[in-house]
Amino acid sequence: MHYINIFSLNWYNIYFMEQSIASARKPNFLKKIVQSFGSFVIDDIKGLGDFALFTIKFFYWSVKPPFRVKLGFDQLFFIGNKSVFIVCLTGAFTGMVMAYQMYYGSKLISMDTFVGPIVSMSLARELSPVLTGLIVAGRAGAAMAAQIGTMKVTEQIDALEVMGVDANQYLAVPRILAGTIALPILTIIHGFVGNLGSYLIGTKVLGIDEVMYFSKLSQLMFLEDFFQGIIKAFFFGFIIACIGTYHGFSVSGGAEGVGKGTNLAVVWGMITVLVVDFFLTSFLVHIL
Amino acid sequence: MENAVEVINLTKRFGEHTVLDNLNFNIVRGKITTILGFSGAGKSTLMKHILGLLKPTSGMLRVLDTDLSTLNRVGLREFRRNFGMLFQYAALFDSMTSFENVAFPLREFTKLNEAEIKDKGFKLLKSVGLEEISYHKLPSELSGGMRKRVGLARALALSPKIMLYDEPTTGLDPITTNMVNELIKDTTDAHKDIGLTSIIISHDVKATLKISDYVAFLDHGKIIEHRPVDEFLESKEPLVRRFLEL
Repeated sequence: MHYINIFSLNWYNIYFMEQSIASARKPNFLKKIVQSFGSFVIDDIKGLGDFALFTIKFFYWSVKPPFRVKLGFDQLFFIGNKSVFIVCLTGAFTGMVMAYQMYYGSKLISMDTFVGPIVSMSLARELSPVLTGLIVAGRAGAAMAAQIGTMKVTEQIDALEVMGVDANQYLAVPRILAGTIALPILTIIHGFVGNLGSYLIGTKVLGIDEVMYFSKLSQLMFLEDFFQGIIKAFFFGFIIACIGTYHGFSVSGGAEGVGKGTNLAVVWGMITVLVVDFFLTSFLVHIL
Repeated sequence: MENAVEVINLTKRFGEHTVLDNLNFNIVRGKITTILGFSGAGKSTLMKHILGLLKPTSGMLRVLDTDLSTLNRVGLREFRRNFGMLFQYAALFDSMTSFENVAFPLREFTKLNEAEIKDKGFKLLKSVGLEEISYHKLPSELSGGMRKRVGLARALALSPKIMLYDEPTTGLDPITTNMVNELIKDTTDAHKDIGLTSIIISHDVKATLKISDYVAFLDHGKIIEHRPVDEFLESKEPLVRRFLEL
């Protein structure tokens, strides 16, 4: 055995010892970086594949009886009706703030009568579907992941499977269908309330002539503007519900797993709404 | 003796890890069989194979004279209606009341009308000894023992031919443990006419041996002992002896 007398070490010895330890560790360190990057990429690709399979299963089960209409309406009530208040609140303030911003901007070039159509167009095409999507992702998407995740960790999903009930069909299909239907309706409500807010601030507070406000609105707003928003909302509703339910089914472990799944559902739901919005916009502006 | 479950050369591997290693044993119809073993012995994996939730790496399972490997996904799902299962923590649907939990399989799989479902649901809840006051309570308002009763009533709703009990007494106090054991025994006796087979997966040796007809001991994926309960108690197998003396 060879022992090092630590009392005989000086700074020179220590420097070289550190260097040799560092060089010995280097390949391991690099290997770890490559390994963790590799597993991150593999996990992400696997996750994407699982999500794609989950979505395909949804289409399969949604056309197969039994059709759980009551469950669908229950979910529609939960996602739609229970989100109305927060959607109206967001819509009203968005419309009012937009009216203020547009008014002072457009007044500089004497185009303050255009406040109505500018706000209305922004709401119809962009703000209403995106903001409603973000609200629903935060509220209903999180709730879906938490409900299904809790059912998974408490063996309720196993109980369904043992009884011979497909958990995907029973839990995911009504939620995804309800989300897909609820979001366009909520978007229309958001847009309506937003326009009302803009009208009140524009005409009653900022003094824009009411006749001019409506005349410009009717001249510059077209049905296509509303369709663009509704089409977007339809996709957002589908995606948010798919992500929420998928993360619910992916939960593992106990309460910590449910929290993690819920968090992922909200984060990915919101990110996906923004990313998909870009691609949908770039497509829809060409056809509508 | 007629067998409810026949396990033939069953092997299950997860990657390199062998969980069930060439198992061969039968579960007798109409009797209570307990599968004992330490944690990680492969008990839950075996149970999932009996339910058709997992596919064997090799070997086969014949359940109620049906080779499970011949059934497709839909066939397996339908076949599972022959099973009732009482989960460790009852696994009641937490958004439904006790009655709704019991009514769930009846609404899903029978053509009974609401009045008949109500009648059958109440009868089932009564048969497991649940007081009427608890019929419309949510699972969160019930004690552990009450939840087990509701879970058992739900499992019995479709008149299963095989009842599976997953760790039925784990984590319960001695009085509730005794109550659950009696419930299992009474349920099996009450359904003797249809030949109800009960399979208990447990590591609670003292609690389950009192009510079992047969005991199988699983260790590291192998059945090291499988006998009628009185013979099992006399087993010379060192591991079984260690387990019995705990």
